[in-house]
Parts: sequence; C-alpha cells; structure tokens
Amino acid sequence: MRLRKASALAASAAALVLTATACGGGGDDGITIGIKFDQPGLGLQNEEGDFVGFDVDVARYIAGELGYEEDEITFEEAPSPEREQLLDRGDVDMIVASYSITEEREEQVDFAGPYFVAHQDLLLRTDTEVPTPEAINDLTLCSVSGSTSAENVQRDFAPDANLQPFNTYSECLTGLENGTLDALTTDDSILAGYAAQEQHQGKFALAGLELSDEYYGVGLPKDSEDLEDVNDAIAQMVEDGTWEELVQEHFGPANYEADAAPEIGARP
Amino acid sequence: MFDFLDLDRYDLFGAFWTTVQLTVLSGIGSLIWGTILAAMRVSPVPIMRAFGTVYVHVFRNTPLTLIIVACSQLLAYTLGMTMWADFGTQSLSFRLAVLGFVLYTSTFVCEALRSGINTVPVGQAEAARALGLSFTQVLTLIVLPQAFRAVVAPLANVLIALTKNTTVAAAIGVAEAALLMRDMIEQEAQLVPIAILFAFGFIVLTLPTGLFLGWVAKRAAVKR
Repeated sequence: MRLRKASALAASAAALVLTATACGGGGDDGITIGIKFDQPGLGLQNEEGDFVGFDVDVARYIAGELGYEEDEITFEEAPSPEREQLLDRGDVDMIVASYSITEEREEQVDFAGPYFVAHQDLLLRTDTEVPTPEAINDLTLCSVSGSTSAENVQRDFAPDANLQPFNTYSECLTGLENGTLDALTTDDSILAGYAAQEQHQGKFALAGLELSDEYYGVGLPKDSEDLEDVNDAIAQMVEDGTWEELVQEHFGPANYEADAAPEIGARP
Repeated sequence: MFDFLDLDRYDLFGAFWTTVQLTVLSGIGSLIWGTILAAMRVSPVPIMRAFGTVYVHVFRNTPLTLIIVACSQLLAYTLGMTMWADFGTQSLSFRLAVLGFVLYTSTFVCEALRSGINTVPVGQAEAARALGLSFTQVLTLIVLPQAFRAVVAPLANVLIALTKNTTVAAAIGVAEAALLMRDMIEQEAQLVPIAILFAFGFIVLTLPTGLFLGWVAKRAAVKR
C-alpha cells in the first residue's frame, strides 16, 4: 500500500514536471527575449535583479512596437554558444545580445537589423600608449575563448601576439590591472561598458583602433513572421531619436563615439 | 551534416593531442605526488600524517575549476609565477593546467593507494620489521609493490576521470579539445553535431584505456 502511494506521488510529480516544461518559455501572452546578463553597458543584471544596458533597452523598445506591455516581457539569459539553439527550440522569441551577423549564423537563424555597428578594439591601462596596428604583434593580449575577436587576432591583424583566452572578460581585467597582460581585445561596445564601470573608472581606456566591423542584429527563429515588424521597429527607433538617446545613456560615460546607426539590411 | 568539419581551419587532431599530453603528464605527476602523499599518511611521523590528511581533504573537496582558475589568476597573473614561460603563451597555460591537475588528482591516487596498502596483510610488515628493515624499506620493498598491484583498477578509474577532467583546462585557455569545441560551436553555430563529435573523441581515448587497464588489473592482482 505504501509502495502504491509512493509511486502515485512519483507519477503525479513527473506529470507536473512535464506540463511545466511544456508551457515554459514563449507563452501566448507575452514575449521572451534572450539577452546577456553579464555584459556591462549592453546587458547586465544589477544587484536589485533588474536588467540594464543598451541591448536591454533596444529589446524593450522593439517589444513595445510589437504591441507588448512592459510587464509582458520576460528576459532570458542567452549565452553565446546556445543562442541558435534557444531560437530553434522556441525557448526565446528573439535575441538581442551583441549578436554579430555572420554567414554561418544566418544559415541557422534570421537576423533583423542591424541596429548597431561595433568595431574590435583594445582596452589598455591609462598609463600605456596606444600602439600602432603593427606593434600589436608585440603585445600580450587577452580575450574570451571562442569569440570572434580572438579568432580575428590570430588570423588577421596580430598572428604573432601572445593571446591568453579566458572564460570571461572579468578574468582578463585582473591581469590587465596587475600589468601581466597588455591589452584586452573585443568589440569596443563591450570594452566601453567595462571602462565605464564604477570600480574601473579611470584605470582603463579604449585605444580607438577600428580593427573590424561587427554588425549587431536581432536574432529571430528561421522564417519568422516578425522579421518585417522588427525591422520597422528598429528603423522607427533610429528615426525618432530614441536610438541616439540610448547610445548616449549607455556608452557616453566611457567617452565612446559610436558609429551612426546602420542601414537596415546592411551586411558585413 | 558534417560540413562544419573544416580540418584546415580547426586543428581537431592537434587539440586531442593536447588533451592526451595533459592527461599523460598530469597522470605521471599525480602518480608520483600521490604516492608521496600516501607514504606520508601511513608514516610514523605525526606532522607528516597531519600534513597528508589536511592536504588530501582540502584539495579533494575543492572544485577542480576553482583550482585551475586559481593557478592562472592567482599564481600567474597576480603573483607573477610564470613557470619559465612567457605571459599569454600556450606553454604557460599548459604548465599551469598540469600543475592544477596534479594538485587535485594526486589526492585520489593517494586514497586509492592507501586502500591498496590495507590489502597487504599486517603480518608482512611485521615480519619485515622483525628482520630489521626501516620504515622506508618496509614501504618500498614489501608494502607498496603489493599495494600497487591491488589498485590498478581504481587507478584506471582515476586516469579516466582525469582524461575527462582535462576539459576544465579550457577555462584558462589551454588549446585542448573542449576549447576547440567551444570555438567551433561559436563559429559554426551547430551545437549538437559538434558536441557529439567531441563526445565520440573522448570515448576513443577512454574506452581503450579502461579495457587495457582492466586486463592489466586482472593479470597484476596478487592472488591471496
């Protein structure tokens, strides 16, 4: 008897789990948006649990244009390696997470936008001089493993430089601060976020070298019906001046001059 | 299906070769340091026993990722311990990773070996003592040779776990299999086939190890 009770309990628990997963993510009323939780300036969860950053505000604006209220938006973390899967499985409805448009990714997902053009750059200690592009070969660089920036360094502009890949950008900052690393390299939009953080203010500065072009797009599932609407929303955001305001708000403190808003449909 | 597998662009075999090198070097290091630790834990000197016990408990219960990241962030990039390599080079990360794996894996080797020492009948050590052998002689001539033969199977377990643990070295940027996997997923945007490919690669490494050492364990065991 006791055994039957236990198995009945287990069965109902299993049923509950199944239904819970079935309705998890992307319900009818509301929109689930994938963002970064750990990139200052772009998408960061602060101490109160709120989300702040340029990508977050862009996501809010687009969702608003698509007809969703503020409280109907659910933010999900979209780590770089999982972005295509999240869209493919329908766990998120769109991704606004410093998602560079590349040919390989366009085979898997649709991109609206781009809404921003970033460039690969170096973050240096304020006491070091900005190197010439040739002199980067002599530096000890740091980046995040598996990122496009790390690959660019090794392939294109500094094949002889020492490159230390870490899991997160914060780990690079330890070595940079202690002088054991010379520079941190990735998109300038991300670097600006770190330079502007309160605990780092005045310690690090952007070199201002435009080493590559990264077109940030809004990731949507393949053949999404929302593609046109999202493109229109981005165009409207640029037109009504919101885009400019957001750029000023999130990148202004780092003295970072962003490029003008890109044309919809522009590709690298 | 497998069009992501561009061997000119991705050094698949090089990455797995690094995994093998990490495993072999860390394995040898752990065997040596683990044996010393086991000797300390059974030694008659209280301070050595205490050191061995504390060491094993601290390192065995610390997450491996933490040990590896601490080797890099703390020892190298903060305290400037370069292990005769330059900052930001593969050789520095590689050496730090081997150091971390030896610190961690040796605790498991030590405990496996200690259980092996317990399989040697007490009478043997007593007889050796009665013949006038010193502690070191009793350990190296009588007890350890028999203990090793008893623990080939548990040590094979440790080695297989170590092979898979080497993926943690990706956290500090050692160019081994797991790091290449992350690179390929980021660049090619095909999570599932790439993950399956690498899982298969690890099976190719660990399955023969397990089968071979299982056979050795049967041959080597002391029949009592």
